[in-house]
Amino acid sequence: MSTIPTNDTSTVSEPELRRPRHFGRFLLPTYSWLVIAYLVFPIVVMVIYSFNRVISGLQLVSFAWNGFTFQWYRQWSNIPGLTSAFWLTLRLAIVSTLIATVLGTLLAIALVRYRPPKFRGKGGIEQILFLNIAAPEIVMGASLLGLFVTFNVARGFLTLVLAHVMFSIAYVTVTVRARLAGFDLSLEEAAYDLGANAVSTFRLVTLPLIMPGVLAGALMAFALSIDDFVTSNFVSGSSVPFPVWVYGASRVGTPPQVFVFGTVIFMVGIVFAVLSLGLSKKKA
Amino acid sequence: MTWNWSELPHVVNMYHPQFITSLIFAAIATLIDLVISFPIAYWIAFYGGRKKNFFLIMLLVPFFVSFIIRTLVWEFILSNNGIVLTFLKHNHLAPSNFHILGTGLAVIAGLAYNYLPFTALPLYVALERIDRRVLNAAYDLYANRRVAFMRVILPLTIPGIFAAFLLTFIPAFGDYVNQEILGGTSNTMIGTVIQNLFLIDSDYAGGASLSVVLLLISLLGIWLYARLLGSRTIEEYL
Repeated sequence: MSTIPTNDTSTVSEPELRRPRHFGRFLLPTYSWLVIAYLVFPIVVMVIYSFNRVISGLQLVSFAWNGFTFQWYRQWSNIPGLTSAFWLTLRLAIVSTLIATVLGTLLAIALVRYRPPKFRGKGGIEQILFLNIAAPEIVMGASLLGLFVTFNVARGFLTLVLAHVMFSIAYVTVTVRARLAGFDLSLEEAAYDLGANAVSTFRLVTLPLIMPGVLAGALMAFALSIDDFVTSNFVSGSSVPFPVWVYGASRVGTPPQVFVFGTVIFMVGIVFAVLSLGLSKKKA
Repeated sequence: MTWNWSELPHVVNMYHPQFITSLIFAAIATLIDLVISFPIAYWIAFYGGRKKNFFLIMLLVPFFVSFIIRTLVWEFILSNNGIVLTFLKHNHLAPSNFHILGTGLAVIAGLAYNYLPFTALPLYVALERIDRRVLNAAYDLYANRRVAFMRVILPLTIPGIFAAFLLTFIPAFGDYVNQEILGGTSNTMIGTVIQNLFLIDSDYAGGASLSVVLLLISLLGIWLYARLLGSRTIEEYL
């Protein structure tokens, strides 16, 4: 936490509410912490049970507490299907994030910069982007499967990448577009005046300025891809990503390693969130 | 390929109970989420102060764990010898043969948990946007807290409440993971039907028709939003 007083400009533009009486001071905070506890509760259960010993012959999670063990962390890679599903998910997330970030950023720039006479169908593209975010995911998954079957595309890593890029682009575009909204075009004109060509203007002026938006969009695409079950379940075919594997396994019994992976992914995600929060504070 | 319109009324007719179930489950879960998240969104927006970002991350915490794992953990928690039922039965708050898993109650609980952040964030955005000076003006004009809430805060949040409703209801309506993991074989939702038609029965025409109906229902909600609340797009709340 920074203690520099200049940081606190919000009180000038937005006067605080006058009467945070009993209600705001006691009831609401207590209630809010209870809601947060409710949100965190299953995660705590997951973390605790990743340390639970298993006594029966089948190595599956069970509700009885049999004592603390690091066994599942030591044997995290003991289940070949799970480990390879995890690596597949990671590769998939990296590839689809890279593609979706490039395409989504370019689309955002085009949408902000050009209007109908030059850019026909802009309104239509905006509608499609919105639909892409708002439609139930199962509709996307089902349509993609229908498409791949119609065109006779074998389902596997390629179809997974196509699907993940498809649902990530809209999020990247919306995020980058929000960042571009406050972009001062005269900065680019200044670069041109100083003799820069289009490529170096983009590389040296535009891109650095919209970088926070691009990174935020990329993070979002990555998170969506890692966690995606519904669409992946439709288009995965023979290459099975992590969530699809976990779902399939859970119908027979969940191995404790699933909770180990869940716990580690959770920790990494939290570290990233805290870091990006710290970064955005420093920049502000 | 030829056009064939008969598939659509046929599948709607055949699966309308599942549509009704999805509608009811998603609506109840969304209402629960609205009731749960309004006070916390209000608190963060008005009293969060410097810790606003921290609390927002806390609201998003479920998203750091895979959707499937979250739902599996709920299956684990709600199971017959899980924490919730053991506690209830131990204190004689529920009959000994009471169970949650495999009922609609479990599905609704799972939907409500998994989609809560989708409700809380748009509400937060709407409440955060309210100009504090308007509220202070109400107090200056001798409105008490209740009147100020009912006549200033609530009307200004209505677009946000509607957006939150749609952003929770639409994904919950098409969800099939909660139903499959927590609901067992009863109370089938439309998502499960679509999934089975595509992946098990290879009935692409039927599955696609149902998907189209699902999409149309979602679009109807968005169209109503634009119609009733004007040009402010729902996108602002994403």
